[in-house]
Amino acid sequence: MSNTVARAQGSHNPWQVTSATIVRIDREAPDVSTYELRMADPVQAESFQPGQFNMLYVPGIGEAAISISGKTNDGLLQHTVRTVGAVTAALERGGVGFSLGVRGPFGTPWPVDRLRPSPSSTPADRRDVILVAGGIGLAPLRSVITHLIQHRDEVNQVDVLLGARTPSDLIYASEFEAWADHGIRLQTTVDRADATWSGHVGVVTVLLDRLAIEQPESTILMTCGPEVMMRFVVQAASARGIPESNAWVTLERNMNCAIGLCGHCQLGPEFVCKDGPVFRYDRISTWFHVQGL
Amino acid sequence: MNDSNKHPDQATEAAGLKSRPQAPRLAVFKFASCDGCQLQILSCEDELLTIADQVQIVHFLEASSHFEEGPYDVALVEGSITTAADRDRIRQVRQQSRFLIAIGACATSGGIQALKNWGDHHEFSRCVYAEPAYIRTLSTSTAISEHVTVDFELRGCPINRLQLVEVIQALLRGQSPRTPRHSVCIDCKRRGTVCVAVAQDKVCLGPVTQSGCGAICPSFDRGCYGCFGPAGQPNCESLTEHWIGCGRSPVSLVPLMRNFNADAPAFREEGDRIDPDYDQGHVL
Amino acid sequence: MGWGEAEAMAMSRQETLANAASLWLERSTLDELIRLLRGEGFTVVGPRLDQGAIVYGEIERASDLPRGWTDDQKPGKYRLENSGGEAYFEYNVGPHSWKQFFFPPRLAVERAKREENGGWTFSRPEPSDERYALLGVRACELAAIAVQDRVMMNGPYVDREYAARRESALIIAVNCTVAAETCFCTSMGSGPRCQADFDLALTETEEGFVLEVGTEAGWEIAARLEHCEASPDQLASADRLRHRAEDQISKEMSNDGIRDLLLNNLNHPHWDKVAARCLSCTNCTMVCPTCFCSTVNDVSELAGDEVERVRQWDSCFNLEFGYTAGGTVRNSIRNRYRQWLTHKLASWHDQFDTSGCVGCGRCITWCPVGIDLTEEVEAIRQQPAKRREVPLPQPRPDACVVPGEAAADQSNRPRSVGQTIDDRQRGASDSAEAQQDASIADGGTDRE
Repeated sequence: MSNTVARAQGSHNPWQVTSATIVRIDREAPDVSTYELRMADPVQAESFQPGQFNMLYVPGIGEAAISISGKTNDGLLQHTVRTVGAVTAALERGGVGFSLGVRGPFGTPWPVDRLRPSPSSTPADRRDVILVAGGIGLAPLRSVITHLIQHRDEVNQVDVLLGARTPSDLIYASEFEAWADHGIRLQTTVDRADATWSGHVGVVTVLLDRLAIEQPESTILMTCGPEVMMRFVVQAASARGIPESNAWVTLERNMNCAIGLCGHCQLGPEFVCKDGPVFRYDRISTWFHVQGL
Repeated sequence: MNDSNKHPDQATEAAGLKSRPQAPRLAVFKFASCDGCQLQILSCEDELLTIADQVQIVHFLEASSHFEEGPYDVALVEGSITTAADRDRIRQVRQQSRFLIAIGACATSGGIQALKNWGDHHEFSRCVYAEPAYIRTLSTSTAISEHVTVDFELRGCPINRLQLVEVIQALLRGQSPRTPRHSVCIDCKRRGTVCVAVAQDKVCLGPVTQSGCGAICPSFDRGCYGCFGPAGQPNCESLTEHWIGCGRSPVSLVPLMRNFNADAPAFREEGDRIDPDYDQGHVL
Repeated sequence: MGWGEAEAMAMSRQETLANAASLWLERSTLDELIRLLRGEGFTVVGPRLDQGAIVYGEIERASDLPRGWTDDQKPGKYRLENSGGEAYFEYNVGPHSWKQFFFPPRLAVERAKREENGGWTFSRPEPSDERYALLGVRACELAAIAVQDRVMMNGPYVDREYAARRESALIIAVNCTVAAETCFCTSMGSGPRCQADFDLALTETEEGFVLEVGTEAGWEIAARLEHCEASPDQLASADRLRHRAEDQISKEMSNDGIRDLLLNNLNHPHWDKVAARCLSCTNCTMVCPTCFCSTVNDVSELAGDEVERVRQWDSCFNLEFGYTAGGTVRNSIRNRYRQWLTHKLASWHDQFDTSGCVGCGRCITWCPVGIDLTEEVEAIRQQPAKRREVPLPQPRPDACVVPGEAAADQSNRPRSVGQTIDDRQRGASDSAEAQQDASIADGGTDRE
């Protein structure tokens, strides 16, 4: 057998579907749930990095690319999903005990490794981190928050700015307190307030405009949400002195194969599935601003 | 992150059909049509038996004289609206049906009988019937969606029975049905059929017609007749202008556009555009 | 002929092979070649007449080939013509390409079966063990196969279905002796002469074939054919016919800075002009020998307990191709044509370190309205947008993250085939990626 075929059948066969079962479901918002999956192959549950995604597969219906939002203490992989299409609807109908297939993890991670200070650095060298999310865009950033909680001493300030349509669309609300306990400063805003809401109303960039940013040139910004939101977030960050080369975004495209072979997810020269979904902003900004590319 | 298995244009409330305690009640209704699409349902045979296990077919006159009153979970509607009585009846069907699927060219675009939309229906009646006074008909043949909200349109003259099974299967799973909107060309190429337009100079609507038939006609050396109606974002004007540039007369191209899906907007507009005077010269 | 004679003859053939750069085959030997290949277990596929065109299908004997036929090709037009000659290969590439054998239009890639406990088991069908001998591969098609090899086998992820078919195949190339109006291989540097990447290559002359051997596997086949050393006259004749093809090529496309030209002109008004003509019908992508887009869909019986995942050819011209939960990304013909052309001629360089175009002209001939990509490029070249204030990102030498290793490091991508380390460093020197690494490092040192 030739080398290339052997390579394709190596330890990480990208086409290999493994079984998984929904063990728990947490309702995060009216149409958003976190599904906790027990993987038949426990190695697969260990190998992901923040920002990567899995292809969740419901036989007979199809696959959907879903970012991995975390891992529970008992080794379950978490996927926070908005019910928008056939696959996500099938997960919702399936409920606890539902059996599905998973391929992954795929794609590039958030640059959490780059936050780590060099051995020779002093505490004063630690970077500030700003995470900006729109709605369910918090899902791929949640694993960054988890990472930062575990490695809290590697960075200085951590600000999470979260926007949602309404107060009930704020996901992971039950974790906000725990984040605060670890010195993660969360600010929220909604497009439409209700009777219970006494916080900010308006777009998430306003929170960024008002944020105290002490060392913008070294601050790392990571953002996930609608493309138009991310564009404005990076623009606002730029206006505050954060270089575009310190800003990271994650993109959504139609992903079918997840390994850059099917052609669907291209954005200019990038295959979002394998070159992304997390990109440093200046790498893709040229393409990001072309409509319908 | 993304779930691209959704057809944004076809958002439905199909979810939950499967979870009903009783098997969903399915009804088939006929309006102005040739019954060919209902025959496609019957020719499902094996699949029909499996479907019959999972749904109650409570109204299907083509198959059984037994029928039950509504409400219905799924209504398959064949045929176009050509009479005032049918216009009322489709409203009743709509009221009694949770999920209404228009099936076939007649139900989705008015069918071949929509050719009357370009003529004088009184004159047609006089030509055809000995006693035209007894004929009660609207001046047009129109799609079901012109009259009531349609949850899903299954194209074709006739429909593709496998697509129908897929649609029912999707509904039983609580999934929004979807059918590809791409051109017939891709099906020709996947099956290795050589382009009859390029290699044999035949007029072929394949590039602007929605797939679904499996590209049958070109595999028999015939151009596509557009039985499945316009594809997504069809560019009919470029195609007809190319033919005109190759020496074909506009007047010869109008009948191509006015076929089984004559009144589908993209085909109607193109037929009208190619030769605005066509109808003056071609009164029946 | 006794055993000793046969052995001696085989020995003498081996000697000829070892000494000669080019061999001579009588025209009748073609049948022998096909029989030999079939005897070796190859499915021989090659040109044959079907549906008013020269297509690729199984060949059992030389008489299956379209002997005495040729073609006339123009934008949007293809006609078979009886040449009245004796030649087996005196025509140009047709509507089919070889990709249908390595990358089948429809292929089951995965199966799911429901178990009694309600769970699923997943399995992959074994890759095909079909061994193809491709007979009549033209120079532009050799180039196209090399391009698809890069896409399917030389990246971090290998398409094992493609690899299995590709690596067991034998390639018998044929040098073009005529060219079509739509050919422009000379512009793309891919032809018309077959230079490499074949096991055997034939040039058909008025009397027979000049045979070149490209590989060990080719030597083994050639040694068993009735042959002799090609004479200077025979070689001159082959040379003359190859030059005839080259002289007949009239179409040109300038590749000078084409990547930057197109990527700098993504909002050029000309895209709207093409969109007015483009049918978005997918024909160009389907006939293109390098286009590789596909979609996997589930096919199941009604009960849904046994499911097959079927991969089919797909196209960036399909509306559904860019669906996301948030809407369709390329929601106009303009955007889809732009995607196709800029991918094929520009961003392909970034992704695979080569153009995606080999100049075969199929997309021109088989476009139902005769859109000619060389003219579309020229229209943009004539009136390009003003220079960008921000320089265009340059191709990154890194291709992508290798699964399971160094996923965090986006710069750790495998080197493209044929690209030297120097190329990589040169490419990286002004790339965004290089700046990226620098700025992260700078950010750290600033405060030290």
